[in-house]
Amino acid sequence: MEADVTIILKKGVADPEGSNVKKALNLLGFDEVRKVQTMKTFRIDLATEDRGKAKKDIDEMCKKLLANPVIQTYRVEIR
Amino acid sequence: MDTDDIRVAVLLIEGTNNEGEVYLAFKRLGAEPEFVHLKQLMHEKDIFDYQCLMIPGGFSAGDYIRAGAIFAARMKSTLCKKLIEFAKNGYPVGGICNGFQVLVELGLLPAFDSVMSNYPQAALAINDSSRFECRPTLLKHESKGNCIFTKKIPYQEVVLMPSAHAEGKFLFPLEKKDEYLQYLIDNDQVVFRYVGPQGDYAGYPWNPNGSIHNIASICSPEGNVFGMMPHPERVFYGFTHPDWTRVHKENGDGKAVFESVLDYIRRKF
Repeated sequence: MEADVTIILKKGVADPEGSNVKKALNLLGFDEVRKVQTMKTFRIDLATEDRGKAKKDIDEMCKKLLANPVIQTYRVEIR
Repeated sequence: MDTDDIRVAVLLIEGTNNEGEVYLAFKRLGAEPEFVHLKQLMHEKDIFDYQCLMIPGGFSAGDYIRAGAIFAARMKSTLCKKLIEFAKNGYPVGGICNGFQVLVELGLLPAFDSVMSNYPQAALAINDSSRFECRPTLLKHESKGNCIFTKKIPYQEVVLMPSAHAEGKFLFPLEKKDEYLQYLIDNDQVVFRYVGPQGDYAGYPWNPNGSIHNIASICSPEGNVFGMMPHPERVFYGFTHPDWTRVHKENGDGKAVFESVLDYIRRKF
């Protein structure tokens, strides 16, 4: 089973990379770009078909390593 | 204990690359530093064979996920109990640059309510400039005596130490920012703050990353766990200061950090 785990900066936390990309896109003439947010996705292949277990394990992975709760949240999508 | 009996573990994993100067700083002062790979502490070596644990800078595990996150997670899964015991017993634990990021990810800093929090209570996020910032930085020493790594630096003295990092912006959770910052100040946990040439708490480029309260370095409430983004080991001698040909200092500003911790160990153990 594959899962996409996306790590997202919490609302209000500065995203300098996103702001820089927005600026670059504006400079390239894409004037309609109002905001760019960066997020990181990990595609994780799990040796299980149990969706409940997969979800639980991924929560644990996020808490232990993938996300820092001070500045990040995460979204899990089981494919 | 005597200086030459003091054993310092300079802890490494893949991607650590600032270990040489940290090792030399202790060696030059007469202590017995040793490079120790994290895996060695799982089998053949014990953390209690040492009186001081130093986590040097670099790009541990390629800075993947977040800087220091993988190193911290591996330390937590293999050393957690011993590490808590080590810090609880008053042994010094220091982290420089990537090492500071590791200590924050581990929950050993700022450690408001226990020696090691279950989850991080702070973050060292991407610099506001979104770039790797590499240059000498001026730091005002703000510890009123709590931090054992800086006892030899006078209160409010401005020192120069180089910064070199892409993720050094010290942050608290937004909803708890003011409360946590107040804890940090009340507990005498703020050790260094970035300043401008007039000693003022200036913004960029003096504050290279956009840290709240211009924070460059903090310690634990007990003062024996210490992390800083700039590199004291790179200014051990006066001649490594950028203005040395004009100023001719004998000692570099970073030397006092290593002298302070050795002095503490000599007295306490």
